[in-house]
Amino acid sequence: MAHRLGGRRKNVKKGFQFTFMVVGTSGTGRTTFVNTLCDSNVLPNKICDNPEDAHIEEGINIKPISVDLDEDGVRISLTIVDTPGFGDNIDNERCFHEIVAYLERQYDDILAEESRIKRNARFRDNRVHALLYFISPTGHALREIDIELMRRLSPRVNVIPVVGRADSLTPQELKDFKRRIMEDIEHYSIPIYNFPYDVEEDDEDTVEENSELRALLPFAIIGSDEEINVNGRIVRGRQYPWGAVEVDNPKHSDFGRLRSALLSSHLQDLKEITHDFLYENYRTEKLSRTVSGGDQEDASLNAEDMASQSVRLKEEQLKKEEEKLREIELKVQREIQEKRAELSSKEEALRSLEARLAQAQLAD
Amino acid sequence: MSSNTLNSEPAAAALDNYVGFDTITQQIEKKLLKRGFHFNVMVVGQSGLGKSTLVNTIFASHLIESKARLAADEPPRQTTEIQTVSHLIEEHGVRLRLNIVDTPGYGDQVNNENCWEPIIKYIKDQHSAYLRKELTATRDRYIQDSRVHCCLFFIGPTGHALKPIDIVVLKKLSEVVNVVPVIAKSDSLTLEERQAFKQRIKAELVFHNIKLYPYESDEDDEQEQALNESIRELLPFAIVGSERNVIIDGKAVRGRKNRYGVINVESEEHCEFIYLRNFLTRTHLQDLIETTAQIHYEAFRAKQLLAIRESTHPASAQPSVASPTATMLSSPMAPTVMSPSTIGSPATMGSPAQSQKYVL
Repeated sequence: MAHRLGGRRKNVKKGFQFTFMVVGTSGTGRTTFVNTLCDSNVLPNKICDNPEDAHIEEGINIKPISVDLDEDGVRISLTIVDTPGFGDNIDNERCFHEIVAYLERQYDDILAEESRIKRNARFRDNRVHALLYFISPTGHALREIDIELMRRLSPRVNVIPVVGRADSLTPQELKDFKRRIMEDIEHYSIPIYNFPYDVEEDDEDTVEENSELRALLPFAIIGSDEEINVNGRIVRGRQYPWGAVEVDNPKHSDFGRLRSALLSSHLQDLKEITHDFLYENYRTEKLSRTVSGGDQEDASLNAEDMASQSVRLKEEQLKKEEEKLREIELKVQREIQEKRAELSSKEEALRSLEARLAQAQLAD
Repeated sequence: MSSNTLNSEPAAAALDNYVGFDTITQQIEKKLLKRGFHFNVMVVGQSGLGKSTLVNTIFASHLIESKARLAADEPPRQTTEIQTVSHLIEEHGVRLRLNIVDTPGYGDQVNNENCWEPIIKYIKDQHSAYLRKELTATRDRYIQDSRVHCCLFFIGPTGHALKPIDIVVLKKLSEVVNVVPVIAKSDSLTLEERQAFKQRIKAELVFHNIKLYPYESDEDDEQEQALNESIRELLPFAIVGSERNVIIDGKAVRGRKNRYGVINVESEEHCEFIYLRNFLTRTHLQDLIETTAQIHYEAFRAKQLLAIRESTHPASAQPSVASPTATMLSSPMAPTVMSPSTIGSPATMGSPAQSQKYVL
């Protein structure tokens, strides 16, 4: 798309900002994927050396981490939001709510900032532009938790489904698995990000590129933060007794295609859809809610939400108070001036009185 | 003349000639061969871990179907179901009646609270049915044994640790049945990851005091003890299953061909399937059946009968009397058989299928 390239040229010096979230149950390869993407240990692997902790059900823990990447000479300021703990409890109902609340909070912040009288030009945009959902490589189809998550989150963020740890699937199994997943997504009408294109409007290359990426969905990912020796070459991969998997080999893993789509070719598109479509929808919903029934605030107002809102409220209050003080100052000054004028006129009157008195005395 | 009472340790006597009573083992074998054997195995684990494939691989034939949800318009299961298939397989004249109990739906929901209850209930129901048959006055000569002899518990190959739900369920299962844990689809773990995963799982099992089969027993001789030790070292078995063959070195073996190599399921260097298969079928098959009867069933039976005694005669210590009261009829078994005076009173036999309450 022409304007996309134009945007790139303009922003090359400044670099891009991009935020994505990774969600998936423990052991689906989330952490390794992020570390492979950034080519460094950005996220710590799950530490489970203490056997006493295994039975503890920690809730979901949403943590953003910032990392700077250089992609073909373009600086990308990347924020990755990890969600360890998702789906690991016996009852996982709360997890969805927490993720949705996080996404909506970022939208709320933008909404508040936009409505300010004096806006901060350097306000940090923390909206999540893409969510990579890691599906467990069962080989069957989607699980209930997969369907629920994608369904609940796709109105708020671009959801890109990914099959994690795909090394255990044979080519045929993977093909059938991908097909069944897409059938499920179709059946449950889940609006995932599917590299949209318009056959009429877009040029041939774009159509081809996007339809190829769409056909790859869900991306079958194998990640690794270790290097192995394959026939004399040192590559990132995993070594098994029966062979070696190469992370960057497109025949083994869709990792490379996903990386380039996420960080270069479709980065702008994801951001635009987030702003022009998902954020706008949220804004409309929220504002019409407050207009129609202000008490219908949904229960997603948790403590953090309240805190940020109260901070904003306090700022407004401070401004109002400052204005009041200025008014009072002005009033006081006016009064002082008036009093001075009075005083000086009274002084004058006194002097004239004294003068007349002096004259009267002299006359006697 | 030595006064040998039946209770004292008998003195060893030397034989002058060959008598021939050593053929009793063959006589027993002949009888047993005629009767055939029963083996009931249960598979527990989330969907997609290869449970059906593994069972079919162990018994080298297509015995159970995968309960995968493969059609988009099929709704996901909302509870754990219990589905049993029965097969008769034969090897060299030995007939084995194999019952496979599948548990589709276990652990597959968003909220998995109590998804293990149907499983525990099923296991206890089998003990209860057996006890009932045992206690009827005119009982079958050979009671059909539907008690679960072995429960294969499938752990997902996350490489991290056991999940909270795994720990809860393993604890409950190991109290009522012989549990054999396996790491499913272990071809997604490298050898180092596998070892580290196993060590962590073992540490967690020890911490939670979960007793797995094989159990320690004073009756074992040195050889048996050594074998059991080596099995315990290996647990949980890291397995790969396959119903299809691949050609390796000109031979057809069960295996998987993926993009970077060929996995030989039957090779000890690739996975521990062979150890599991031998353990289940070649070394411990009989012991699994026996410990189910002697340990798990006995524990269940003792609890039930004590509870019944308590409920009918809380004050006295007498065995229950043949009064067809409502309390007795509501319990799963007919307690009246315990007292000899009531043998043959048909009125209290065969209690109706009322709500089965178990002593937990």
